[in-house]
Amino acid sequence: MGKVLSINQYVRAQSLDEAYTLCQKKNNVVIGGMLWLKIQKRPAGTAIDLCDLGLDSIAETETEYRIGAMVPLRALEMHEGLAALTDGAMEQTVKHIVGVQFRNCATLGGSLWGRFGFSDVLTLFLALDARVVLHHAGEMPLADFAQLPRTTRDILTEVIVPKAAGRVVYLSQRNISTDFPVLTAALAGRDGNYTCVIGARPMPAAVFTDDKGILRQGITEDSARAFAEDIASRAVFGSNTRASADYRREICKVLVRRAALALAKEG
Amino acid sequence: MEIKLTLNGKPVSAPIDADTLLIDFVRDHGCYSVKRGCETANCGLCTVLMDGTPVLSCSVLAARAAGHHIQTLEGLQEEAADFVGFIADQGAEQCGFCNPGFVMNTVALLRENPDPTDDEIRAYLAGNLCRCSGYEGQLRGIRAYLDSRKGDA
Amino acid sequence: MAENKFRVINQPVRKKDAMQLLLGKPAYVDDVTPHDCLIVKVLRSPHAHALIEEINTDIACKVPGIVAVYTWKDVPQKRFTMAGQTFPEPSPYDRLILDQRVRFVGDAVAIVAGETEKAVDKALKLIKVKYQVLEPVLDFHTAKDNPILVHPEENWRSLCPVGADNKRNLCASECGSHGDVDAVLADCDEVVAHTYRVPAVNQAMMETFRTYTEIDHYGRLHIISSTQIVFHVRRILANALDIPKSKIHVEKPRIGGGFGAKQTVVAEVYPALVTWKTGRAAKMIYTREESQIAASPRHEMEVTVRVGANRDGTIRAMDVYTLSNTGAFGEHGPTTVGLSGHKSIPLYTGNLEAHRFAYDVVYTNYQSSGAYRGYGATQGIFAVECAVTELADRLGIDPVAIREQNMVREGQIMHAYYNEPASACALDRCMARCKELFGWDEKYPVRDMGNGKVRTAGVAMAMQGSGISGVDVGSATIKLSDEGFYNLSIGAADMGTGCDTILAQMAAECLDCPVDDIAVFGADSDASPYDSGSYASSTTYVTGKAVEKACEQLKENICTIAAGMLDCDVSEVEFAGKSVKKLDGTGEVSLFDIATKSMCGNGVAVQATASHTSPVSPPPFMVGMVEIELDKETGQVDLLDYVAVVDCGTPVNPSLARVQTEGGLVQGIGMALFENIQYTEKGALVENSFMQYKIPTRLDMGKLRVEFESSYEPTGPFGAKSIGEIVINTPAPAIAHAVWHATGVWHRELPITPEKVLWGMQKGQV
Repeated sequence: MGKVLSINQYVRAQSLDEAYTLCQKKNNVVIGGMLWLKIQKRPAGTAIDLCDLGLDSIAETETEYRIGAMVPLRALEMHEGLAALTDGAMEQTVKHIVGVQFRNCATLGGSLWGRFGFSDVLTLFLALDARVVLHHAGEMPLADFAQLPRTTRDILTEVIVPKAAGRVVYLSQRNISTDFPVLTAALAGRDGNYTCVIGARPMPAAVFTDDKGILRQGITEDSARAFAEDIASRAVFGSNTRASADYRREICKVLVRRAALALAKEG
Repeated sequence: MEIKLTLNGKPVSAPIDADTLLIDFVRDHGCYSVKRGCETANCGLCTVLMDGTPVLSCSVLAARAAGHHIQTLEGLQEEAADFVGFIADQGAEQCGFCNPGFVMNTVALLRENPDPTDDEIRAYLAGNLCRCSGYEGQLRGIRAYLDSRKGDA
Repeated sequence: MAENKFRVINQPVRKKDAMQLLLGKPAYVDDVTPHDCLIVKVLRSPHAHALIEEINTDIACKVPGIVAVYTWKDVPQKRFTMAGQTFPEPSPYDRLILDQRVRFVGDAVAIVAGETEKAVDKALKLIKVKYQVLEPVLDFHTAKDNPILVHPEENWRSLCPVGADNKRNLCASECGSHGDVDAVLADCDEVVAHTYRVPAVNQAMMETFRTYTEIDHYGRLHIISSTQIVFHVRRILANALDIPKSKIHVEKPRIGGGFGAKQTVVAEVYPALVTWKTGRAAKMIYTREESQIAASPRHEMEVTVRVGANRDGTIRAMDVYTLSNTGAFGEHGPTTVGLSGHKSIPLYTGNLEAHRFAYDVVYTNYQSSGAYRGYGATQGIFAVECAVTELADRLGIDPVAIREQNMVREGQIMHAYYNEPASACALDRCMARCKELFGWDEKYPVRDMGNGKVRTAGVAMAMQGSGISGVDVGSATIKLSDEGFYNLSIGAADMGTGCDTILAQMAAECLDCPVDDIAVFGADSDASPYDSGSYASSTTYVTGKAVEKACEQLKENICTIAAGMLDCDVSEVEFAGKSVKKLDGTGEVSLFDIATKSMCGNGVAVQATASHTSPVSPPPFMVGMVEIELDKETGQVDLLDYVAVVDCGTPVNPSLARVQTEGGLVQGIGMALFENIQYTEKGALVENSFMQYKIPTRLDMGKLRVEFESSYEPTGPFGAKSIGEIVINTPAPAIAHAVWHATGVWHRELPITPEKVLWGMQKGQV
């Protein structure tokens, strides 16, 4: 029952280049909110802290929000612009995550970098058609970033949410209020096209589009149900200690249908 | 390594290891109110204020706290004393082990939102676990305090 | 009826330690003990069942800062039990501090002590162990008479006739009955028979197990521990270390919650061994993971109930069989199981003609279970209450009505409860009040809320005991001090429950003074009068009576001194609180002056100690009603409203009794809906952290409403019974009832998760 965290050295990077150089070493690690890092039993060489690099602000331009990687989840939750942009889905996405103090620690960059299966945040940001900026690899769609190998050694600096993200609804199912989700679902509608993201399958969030055009004629009880059935049949689900694959598939049908109907109601 | 920070208003400089956690640092500096209830950032017992923001001191490296203002319940006795008597009147402190984290987060809540609804109180304090009280008495205590303030005004 | 003419009793007095705790003052083991002591940790087994073939500690010992590494070769070979119970303990002597045979994933393999945590962590990784891995007993249904024995050793001992046999994996076994249960059941119009399961849920008190040990200036082993049982700790450690009891001194500071977990010596033996062997001060702080995997959770039980009634709803017979899983060791195994029948069947004493209660308690290769609030009654009541509700449904009778028809009433003899009389019982009033407060008739029908959601309600009754009859000893010492204040010394343990305060209230009531004039001290095995400890809902009822007795004795001594001062016979004076007065009104001497006199030229003790034990254990009773909203598309159950009405006799402190109730309800809600216990194929607990073991947050319990309907217990102090345990018993059966009413499916295994609820609706009753 050893102590869990072991770090040899701590460095507050003074430039992204410095952080990038340091993180090339396999044993070194970038620290975000430290919440998941702390419980990994692997000892680390140098902990690279980005907290001096000004990555903790949310900037708004005419076309997008640019969110620093070190912005805590709580700041996303409280941000009026993001609330308006997402019809409150931003708050719905993060408010179940443990508690206020936890969300003051957990960062957007850390949440996305881990590409955790249970991630509420990844689910929503995929639906928002977000892009990420890596110091070395540059800007890319979040969906592409999500596919990068986990051995990628780069620094996530910024997340960009386009204002043309459309309307979005976020729903999750949990066994108990502040637990990991059993399933997450985000549905975005943009110009009559729909993107549905299903997370906590329990594998990381996957993106689905309405290829069959089920919702194209409008969202009704029937089309919402058909769309939900379609997504549930396409998504791959697994079992873990919180729920079985079969249960997740059932819940997927419910959440997607409810999300579609909610989207229609908002519109 | 050596760090400097402000702990409850007083400058502190001390040698630490790279992996010293803020909870252990503040306890080593006499702030025994800060408790550890888990290893997984789930219980809220270790809540401290970092530049006024409630954080889990079990999940902050002491090194990251360097240059910041850290407050524990030891440094907020007067602000806490304003309302904790109302919780004592309910008997909701019970074993007391979760109290400091809960009180710290309540301080943060009331600074951010001086007149919260019951639902806002529950949501803000959701990350503060308590196994004794069933939470209802804590809520009654905070509500009684808020009502008393309205009575004063 | 309650004789409500008290001055301090039945008042919502603030807990004496409340402000100190709320302001975060140092109060717990790790706050008040030195930090420059040895850090002690334990290497734990990765196997559920294995023999240690070789264990090499050479490299570990060489880590700078390591002071000692102990293995099974270094400990006394006399077996003992860690159960905090009165000697001779019903729990078998089946433990060694370290054993060559490891019996669960998490069992202790080696003890490491070092100057720093880092050194200890490093050394733990460097101990080389070669295991002979054995097949474990992981299914408790097949544990009895299994060829694989958890305790094959010859020096295993059972001190009491509880039906234990280590060669059969049996920790206890018994059968008792009243009347011909088979004949009466055969004559009933309707019989419900089912098996119900409660898993080995954890207490999850916020402060984990922790102990500091040192050699004091008399050369004795001084233990400062977070424990409910300072006197039992003294005996258990003396047994474990094989040293005289006179060599051990145990005290407790504030305790960060116990719920029974700290009625077992979970952490104490490890630093105690280190200090006794090295002479150095030592400390062990359990991690949350250790508190989950190597501690003392509830006994997993399967309770099989057969209950029979006439068509008109008259419940005539009940047959209960419990299979209890004690895990790798027998702590509290032979005793918890008894409550599953003795504190469930008597709820239906009303018309009961016959009952039978039998049980087996088996060893398996999981962590040892222990004492957890409710102590077997919780498991039994879940089963019996669900079965009775199902019976009511089959008979077409309202579940409240069938209880009103059959519940135990004041004055009845409870054959299933050691033939004790229900001399104080307001269960009928609890039901009536609960029904009214809750709005049963409006909330019970299933109401469709749209969007797939329905609302409905459930009900359950519960009882418990107040102390262990004929066994528990409570004591109190009360002393008059300077200026006329009092010192009250107790051996009971306030673990947040407020017993220091409620016992002070009793003393203040007796001595006609303010509660603030009573300073409380406890618990310390050297300084406190003997007390079994705070468990079995005993402190208010048993120790409280001792306080009352001690105060009466002290008053006599005070009067003797006063009579001397007034130059009259003691028969001519009476105690009047602030003074002692002559009965004829011709003289008075103040308590202040008596206190002063007691310290100058006085030969009469101004201190009195009294002990108390009770031949009966009067049950508190309660009724709980829950309203839920159930999502029929996801299986999610949201709690909306929980109303509990409790008869704990006189509530000594209504605030503290209310919060005890609310806390117990939420713990019970956690057990009913959220707190899962799953094991890997190898027998390792999955829910080994608060990330995996989900106790309710304040978003998960809805609204709680608590009221009291008090009876007056003639044998209790000021009419009091108990409150601490009963309050966890109603949520599971009430919630299971509501879920059944909403879905038509009974969930007989806890927790009732959304997935189980959904499959129940889709696939029907299993």
